[in-house]
Amino acid sequence: MAFSFFGGIHPKENKWYAEEERVQSFPEPDVLVIPMQQHIGAACQPLVKKGDYVTMGQKIGDGQGLCVPVHASVSGTVKAVEMKPHSSGMTVMSVVIQNDHQDALCPDIQPRDAVAVAKLTAQELMDVIREAGIVGMGGATFPTHVKLSSGIGKVDTAIVNVSECEPYIVADDRVCREYPQEVLSGLRVIMRILDLRKAHIAIEDNKKAAAEALRRNIDPRSGVVLDVLPAKYPQGAEKQLIQAITGRQVPSGALPAAVGCAVFNAATCKAVHDAVYNGMPLIRRIVTVSGDIVMQPMNLLVPIGTSFNDLLDAVGHSENPYKVLSGGPMMGVAQFDLSVPITKGTNAVTILGHKNRFAVDNPHCIRCGKCMEACPMRLTPLLMYQAERNGDLTELKKLHLMDCMECGCCAYICPGTLPLVQSFRAGKQRLRDAAARQAAKA
Amino acid sequence: MAPMKYFYELTISSSPHAHSPVTTRTIMRDVLIALLPALVGSVYFFGFRALMVTLVSAAACVFFEWGYRKLMHLDSTVYDMSAVVTGVLLAFVCPVTIPYWCILIGDFFAIVIVKQLFGGIGKNFVNPALAARAFLFSWPVVMNTWVKVGFENAAGVLDTADVVTAATPLSAMHQGAMPTDSLLNMFLGNVGGCLGETSTLLLLLGAAYLLLRRVISARIPLAFVGTVALIAVLFPQGNDPLAWMGAQVCAGGVMLGAFFMATDYVTSPVTKWGQVIFGMGCGALTMVIRYFGGYNEGVSYAILVMNACVVLLDKVGLPKKYGAVVKEGTKA
Repeated sequence: MAFSFFGGIHPKENKWYAEEERVQSFPEPDVLVIPMQQHIGAACQPLVKKGDYVTMGQKIGDGQGLCVPVHASVSGTVKAVEMKPHSSGMTVMSVVIQNDHQDALCPDIQPRDAVAVAKLTAQELMDVIREAGIVGMGGATFPTHVKLSSGIGKVDTAIVNVSECEPYIVADDRVCREYPQEVLSGLRVIMRILDLRKAHIAIEDNKKAAAEALRRNIDPRSGVVLDVLPAKYPQGAEKQLIQAITGRQVPSGALPAAVGCAVFNAATCKAVHDAVYNGMPLIRRIVTVSGDIVMQPMNLLVPIGTSFNDLLDAVGHSENPYKVLSGGPMMGVAQFDLSVPITKGTNAVTILGHKNRFAVDNPHCIRCGKCMEACPMRLTPLLMYQAERNGDLTELKKLHLMDCMECGCCAYICPGTLPLVQSFRAGKQRLRDAAARQAAKA
Repeated sequence: MAPMKYFYELTISSSPHAHSPVTTRTIMRDVLIALLPALVGSVYFFGFRALMVTLVSAAACVFFEWGYRKLMHLDSTVYDMSAVVTGVLLAFVCPVTIPYWCILIGDFFAIVIVKQLFGGIGKNFVNPALAARAFLFSWPVVMNTWVKVGFENAAGVLDTADVVTAATPLSAMHQGAMPTDSLLNMFLGNVGGCLGETSTLLLLLGAAYLLLRRVISARIPLAFVGTVALIAVLFPQGNDPLAWMGAQVCAGGVMLGAFFMATDYVTSPVTKWGQVIFGMGCGALTMVIRYFGGYNEGVSYAILVMNACVVLLDKVGLPKKYGAVVKEGTKA
């Protein structure tokens, strides 16, 4: 398969900071903050109240609709159930747990052997995945069981995403190097649910060791194909990866299932394995803690709910941070309050020094057209920016602003350092507001 | 809210938090580097005054840019070095004999009238250096005085007595005759003409650098030069169509115009097909003016006219967005 995707850029990868660091367990913090919303969709309702004792892996929140439950990642006492800051910048209802450091396991958690797993039907497997609270762990946090159930019968190609095209982040790289069998086992479960004979694992050519680990473990009869793709950002974006692997393009507003594809992150596959075989819900994840001023970059197995502060303490930094990001430098969210917790979708904490500041005096467009060449959605950022500045909503719609996924290629490449992504976020909000006003009128 | 453990001054901004090392400043720096060989050649052919005119013009442009922004209480933009490029390019399209007062007027016109009054960098709709050149033709004698090349002029100080009004290759060609200069001399730049436009070889050297650095694409220059060459071959004057083509391509400002003026981002189309049509239009208009115009050179006016068409050409060949063409689900 020799496809590629449109546009793209080659930012400095900076993977060397953390790529050789083995995954280590994190000394568990005393207090954990577990948000009731760690996925796209409806928030969970807390199932515990202040003073309750919870065990590790116990369900502490659940809800209806597009929703997956959340679990206690340690055992201990519920200190509070209250609104807490979240790495998205919002405040979210959260359960605060005082860790008793006993790690008393929830009695519901029972491992299944291969025979028991083989007896489960597709629906039962999806229920297991839902109850384990599994979401897309690459950052989009779409509930995995919904992706599976909506894909049955439509999907002909499952793709495991190990592109990890963001600079600094190596969490999926480490997952594939250290847990290749679990990733492949999770993929087999997914293939069984979707009734597929074939699947792809997509990995970029800058992760040779991970590719090798996977290749060694792939059973040639399993129908799993390893595709090593030339590294380019944003290869890991779902639509771009589908284009790179199959040459198909997902229509705007549609889900990948519309073109017969479903994409799963490598860490998600491992979580599926853990849930199905070990009965273990998603309460820990691998987080890359890296950055150019970090003293000791690490890949840490972190209980969900650990604060950014604890991780900063663990790695140390050589100067006061300029920015602390949830995620990588291309799409990560800059944090202002480091008490926010690691959630299911946090694949990295990136700590950047002051030399990452770039000139933004008098941002200007010199019409070089680099943004158009870089846009993986083949949009026209320079025209969109002008339309947004003019407040021209009709034009914004005509230019397909809503198709922008905010990958940041245009803003990265812009020689005039225009705040393109920022402007597009504002423009999208204007369009949503206008649509809401129209709906209210009708 | 829980008390924060640390009180770092964290910066909050929209993603992305990384930026390419390529900025307007580095692009302009690359253009200046690319113009350097031609400048050295110009000093060799026309003497020390070529360097002086270029430096004065560049300095004046920076001064006018700084002064205007200061007076208008706007952010200073001299840091992006675009004013330097304008200054150098304007000097390159003037005769080496141009009086300093005249080039200063041109610099003022380019920076203040053409660029800043329209909103500064990125907002001008015509190329500032070329517009200023067109304006300076209000002094036609000044702009049409050519000196013979060679070491006799290399003394540096220009004395009016030394000025020998000489024919450029273009003036001969305007009469429908092959120039007296050899094609080799025209290629090397050892002929009369504007300060920085004569040496095809040295300009191509700079252009190669820009192409390698991917500052410019080959679309506009190839379409431009290709169209000039094609029209010259199809409608030759003189005995040898190929020699005529070589003379048309090497003479005057075709090389400087095609690689350094028409490729100006601000005043050229952003779409690929728009750029091709733009280049072809520049080439065709250049030849129309050379063949039928009263003045023997057409490059600068051709580019200025095409600059004005950019708003239309921008609509040609806009990209089809991802997802617009859906491939039917072929089994993978």
